[in-house]
Amino acid sequence: MTVLAERPVSFAEAPEPHHEHGPSGFLKWVTSTDHKVIGKNYTVTAVIFFLLAGAMAMLIRAQLANPDSTLLSQHTYNEMFTMHGSLMIYLFVGPVAFGGLANYIVPLQIGAPDMAFPRLNALSYWLYLGGGLLMMTGFLTTGSAADFGWVAYAPLSNSINTPGAGPDLWIVALILTGFSAIFTGVNLVSTIYYLRAPGMTMFRMPIFTWNMLVTGILILIAFPVFTSALVFLWCDRHLGAHIFEVQGGGVPVLWQDLFWFFGHPEVYILALPFFGIVTDVIAVFSRKPIFGYRGMVFATISIAALSTSVWAHHMFTTGVVLLPFFSLMSYLIAVPTGIKFFNWIGTMWRGSVKFDTPMLFCIGFLGTFLVGGVSGILLASPPIDFATHDTYFVVAHFHSVVMALVMGAFAGFFYWYPKMTGRMLREGLGKATFWLMFIGTNVTFDPQYLLGLKGMPRRIAEYAASDGYTTLNRISSVGAAIIFISVAIFVVNVVVSWWNPIPAGDNPWDAATLEWATTSPPPHHNFLKIPPIRSRRPVWDYNHPEDRILDHAHKPRLGELVAAGGGTAVLLDEIGFDGEDGAGSREPDR
Amino acid sequence: MKNEAYVFLFVGIFFGLAGLVYWLWSHEDAGSVMLLGTFLLGCVPGSYYLWWSRRMPKRPEDNPDATLEDGAGVVGAFPGSSIWPFVLGLGATFVAAALVFGAWTLGVGLFLAVSALVGVVYESRRGGLV
Repeated sequence: MTVLAERPVSFAEAPEPHHEHGPSGFLKWVTSTDHKVIGKNYTVTAVIFFLLAGAMAMLIRAQLANPDSTLLSQHTYNEMFTMHGSLMIYLFVGPVAFGGLANYIVPLQIGAPDMAFPRLNALSYWLYLGGGLLMMTGFLTTGSAADFGWVAYAPLSNSINTPGAGPDLWIVALILTGFSAIFTGVNLVSTIYYLRAPGMTMFRMPIFTWNMLVTGILILIAFPVFTSALVFLWCDRHLGAHIFEVQGGGVPVLWQDLFWFFGHPEVYILALPFFGIVTDVIAVFSRKPIFGYRGMVFATISIAALSTSVWAHHMFTTGVVLLPFFSLMSYLIAVPTGIKFFNWIGTMWRGSVKFDTPMLFCIGFLGTFLVGGVSGILLASPPIDFATHDTYFVVAHFHSVVMALVMGAFAGFFYWYPKMTGRMLREGLGKATFWLMFIGTNVTFDPQYLLGLKGMPRRIAEYAASDGYTTLNRISSVGAAIIFISVAIFVVNVVVSWWNPIPAGDNPWDAATLEWATTSPPPHHNFLKIPPIRSRRPVWDYNHPEDRILDHAHKPRLGELVAAGGGTAVLLDEIGFDGEDGAGSREPDR
Repeated sequence: MKNEAYVFLFVGIFFGLAGLVYWLWSHEDAGSVMLLGTFLLGCVPGSYYLWWSRRMPKRPEDNPDATLEDGAGVVGAFPGSSIWPFVLGLGATFVAAALVFGAWTLGVGLFLAVSALVGVVYESRRGGLV
């Protein structure tokens, strides 16, 4: 049945909610095209994959806790690190952001009744679930699951070196999830371009929505390349196409080119949504408008553009890439990322900061991402990369980055859980999750930087006692156990909130953006009433009418444009008036 | 509509320049072709949006002074519950499995996928405005 969505007109008089006359229970789960149901499905599925991949990480760390360990066979160990990486990258961090949180939140933040293509959205979820299950099916086949690493380098991934159904399942599963991601990207861009509420101009959108727009475009750039490369790989394995094989005139390094042209933007497809979450959450819990809004938007777009022109910095040691070009471009990414850090700190500066769980996770994100980012700048230098390539230094670098993103995911989850369920999570348990995760992350991955510098290679199942890696590896394994406990506490938190709910109310955080104007959880088609949108903070304006309204219609924009390149002009510009009235002056607008 | 166009045009211009520099500097084929594709990915939708932004009246969502009354009325037609995305997803999964296990799942997959396509088309006819 087709439903016409009418725009609610005034905030004061809410009509009676019209309930969806759809099926319930299992049938609702299977047939719903509501972005909220699909978003929840995505989130729950992705979290299950996260727990599975985490369990594999525990096995890996248990194996490496002792020298000459025989806990796992070499072959099982290869499967574990391959599937750990694949589940985390392809099935958790990305989908939980662009399929789960974004699917749920973006239409709410722009005042839309649903995503632009609801049935395509549902198809995305089913392709994602089908792909994920196919990948896991690899464990049930006789030859076992894929074991060529999450990057599947040629010629290791050809039919001679890794025969069997498991690797094939890995390939076709990622073709399915690739299409799923492309459909979600199309859906996000169309929704943001065509379904905004009146007055919600592009430069009034919350930063999370902006980042999801840019993520959508990045998905459209990156995923088609990867999906077609996987089709090539399948043809190589089954039809003898010799695209990546020297014997038939192919080029193995071409796989790396195609893979990393996807793989590096993919890192930012994973990162940008969490940058957006962190930006919004910091603003809410500092009780201030976002500092340098336009600078944030330009930084996001620059990061996205640069991230697509640095793919070969993963291939420095192949000896066939243009080192100065890729090194320069990689260094350049530090500039817009630095602007983001500057603006995050600027948002907190002289605000009245409240250290609730989402805010703690954001601060943890800042610290952890800084460590990961700075070690990334080291790796952008070819001489350093030659020395540390394929060592634990690289492993530590990207785990610092990705654990920061996981903290961003937890920030978003704690922040929006009340909106999605109408229940609060427990603060005490949330803070315990944060501190254990933050400490655990550093205890796990900081020793790995040292291991890398001592020369321990990646992806080895065992090392000798005489190598001198034992102590640091033990510390690292203890850290992994701490992370495990923190995630267990998080699961307990969700279960407790389910058994013994604390009602959340519509706007428990006194937040400013449009998703907090509707009920928790939102009704069918999201809004019974919408406040007037006159600034970037429509809900704040409605709830705090006493707030001084500043008209900055004629404020020069040059300062903020310079911020995208330098960052100082905007400092003088914005601290000038933000600092005076602390909480809640209006952002310049238009 | 202008800002929407500029976002895509920025992508086009950036990758046009980056691709040009990369090609002149490295003469490497694979990367240059991918950058050319990305240049087109930015230019084609960007110029389309720009073309439209000059020909259509300003939408309420592009007007900072728009009131909610300006956007009153029907936003669009949204499909209600539908089983077909699930059936199509299941069909696609079976077709993909056929690439691994051989032809026996292909029949099941194609049957599901085709019936889903037919079902979606009929559903849209019945529903009206989709």
